[in-house]
Amino acid sequence: MRAMTRSANGGMLARLLHRDRRQREALVAALVVAEASRCVECGICTYNCPVGIDVRAHVRLGTPIADSHCLTCGSCVARCPRGTLRFEASSVFAPGPKASGG
Amino acid sequence: MTQRYVIIGNGPAGATAAETIRRLDSAADVEIVGDEGVPFYSRPGLAYLLNGTVPEKLLFSRSDREYASLGVRRTVGRVSRIEPTHHRVVVADGRTLAYDRLLIAVGARALRPDLPGIDLDGVVTLDKLEDARRIIRLARSARQACVVGGGITALELAEGLAARRVETHYLMRGERYWASVLDPRESELVEGRLAEEDIQVHRGVEVRAVIGHRGRVAAVELQDGSILPCELLAVAVGIQPRVELAREAGLETGRGVWTDPMLQTSDPDVFAAGDVAEVLDPVTGRRVCDSLWSSANDQGRAAGASLCGAGTPYQRPAPLNVTRIGGITTTLIGSIGGGGREDDLVSLARGDSGAWRERLDAFAVVADSGADQLRLLLGTDRITGAVVMGDQTLSRPLQHLIRERVDISAVRDRLAEHPGDLGKLVDTLGPGLGAR
Ligand SMILES: Cc1cc2nc3c(=O)[nH]c(=O)nc-3n(C[C@H](O)[C@H](O)[C@H](O)COP(=O)(O)OP(=O)(O)OC[C@H]3O[C@@H](n4cnc5c(N)ncnc54)[C@H](O)[C@@H]3O)c2cc1C
Ligand code: SF4
Ligand code: SF4
Repeated sequence: MRAMTRSANGGMLARLLHRDRRQREALVAALVVAEASRCVECGICTYNCPVGIDVRAHVRLGTPIADSHCLTCGSCVARCPRGTLRFEASSVFAPGPKASGG
Repeated sequence: MTQRYVIIGNGPAGATAAETIRRLDSAADVEIVGDEGVPFYSRPGLAYLLNGTVPEKLLFSRSDREYASLGVRRTVGRVSRIEPTHHRVVVADGRTLAYDRLLIAVGARALRPDLPGIDLDGVVTLDKLEDARRIIRLARSARQACVVGGGITALELAEGLAARRVETHYLMRGERYWASVLDPRESELVEGRLAEEDIQVHRGVEVRAVIGHRGRVAAVELQDGSILPCELLAVAVGIQPRVELAREAGLETGRGVWTDPMLQTSDPDVFAAGDVAEVLDPVTGRRVCDSLWSSANDQGRAAGASLCGAGTPYQRPAPLNVTRIGGITTTLIGSIGGGGREDDLVSLARGDSGAWRERLDAFAVVADSGADQLRLLLGTDRITGAVVMGDQTLSRPLQHLIRERVDISAVRDRLAEHPGDLGKLVDTLGPGLGAR
């Protein structure tokens, strides 16, 4: 009984994980990168981020935006008046040999 | 012994210098004294506050908490005098601050033309947060506004007022917008957009006097004697580095405070950075002023290191600004000289560089596809400047090609014929350049 439950849960979990990972692959195949020298700290990116990421602080401190809960929705990229932000293909999450296994 | 550093001015040059000092000297005593009673904010962001793109609280980009955690003291006060022989500055409230090393980072102020009535209530310039707040307040009740001047700030003022539903007139002395930096087609693109935003552009007109009613602006009188009613007159004819403190302290000054490549002034314990500084360009050997956020940051960093005795000569990169001019995203970089006369500015404007008026030994080629326009200044073996309007795909590659003085001789002839091919050629000029 216990073993069955575990295996059922395990299967579900695996399926969930699989779906979750696929979603992440689709969404995070690109990540937001910044060129700090163009930024004038106006705050428009931060103001327009739907999940409240302080994009401007990442730009200034040079910390990657992918580390937070970025949806890669592109709102900050599109609204920055200085062309500071852009999408870059992510090597971290891009489908690679490891991801193709399960 | 603990070194005591005093920085006058809480703008990007001052703040970045403080950060740099702290990184190099963990024991140093660092104080920034600034005359604005608010925490650090984005000055270029004032334009976006004005046109309603961003709320005021979002402009404060470096919190007092961040200063505290760096161990940097920010105090409010207007420095009225520097006494280099006593190594101290005097604040208007009576305090005196002793320093071992001092940084002057007091920025520049907007000029007001010498016109009758220029001091009337309702004549505004845009220097600081207080000004933006006042303009927003005035715009609530103003029906008509006039804007005079040139460069980026004049348009930001016009567009901000128009966005606030004030009937806005932009009065140009010259025949086209920013003729010293933009070429005729670029000016035309911008002016076309202004018309779409319901800004009425007047060419070849000059304000002779500001007419008041009970101490407030009521109209402007033009040189042909005609009267244009307005409750608000916004002025952006240029800026002036705040050199007075340095000059009165006996330091060498010209347009700005003169510095050597270490950003040291004529007093070995006093340095200057940002809009107030007139720095030596190592490439041309000339002194130049910029009014650019990134230059202020770069100079703040360089000066901070010099203050600690760990400086290396400041390398001035080709000046760059990316901004919206009349709603069109525009990159200006390097030497681009528009060929026309500077009718609407009496000096450098905000977000501006003296270098943009230069035409080095280069010729201009243009790729024009309606709303987008690309202008390249081709030197013998490199691109010396560029203007990218609209589509910004080439903005970053050009930033690299121009700043790094990349040799383009192999593709120069093709660029001269078809500048629009640059996009196809960038990968041959530098690996990965196209992806930037
Ligand atoms: C509306 C606007 C739009 C702009 N647009 C752009 C743009 O598109 N791109 C770009 O790159 N740059 C732009 N700029 C310019 C940019 O903001 C400046 O280049 C930059 O702020 C300069 O930094 P700074 O540290 O030298 O001086 P500032 O930021 O001017 O800071 C100097 C500080 O010193 C204070 N101070 C002055 N005198 C004293 C005194 N005696 N005692 C104490 N404190 C004093 C001032 O009040 C101020 O707070 C714009 C500026 C404005 C106002
Ligand atoms: S919108 Fe662009 S310029 Fe403004 S703070 Fe964000 S990254 Fe910087
Ligand atoms: S891409 Fe979207 S979620 Fe990610 S930082 Fe930008 S605005 Fe926020």
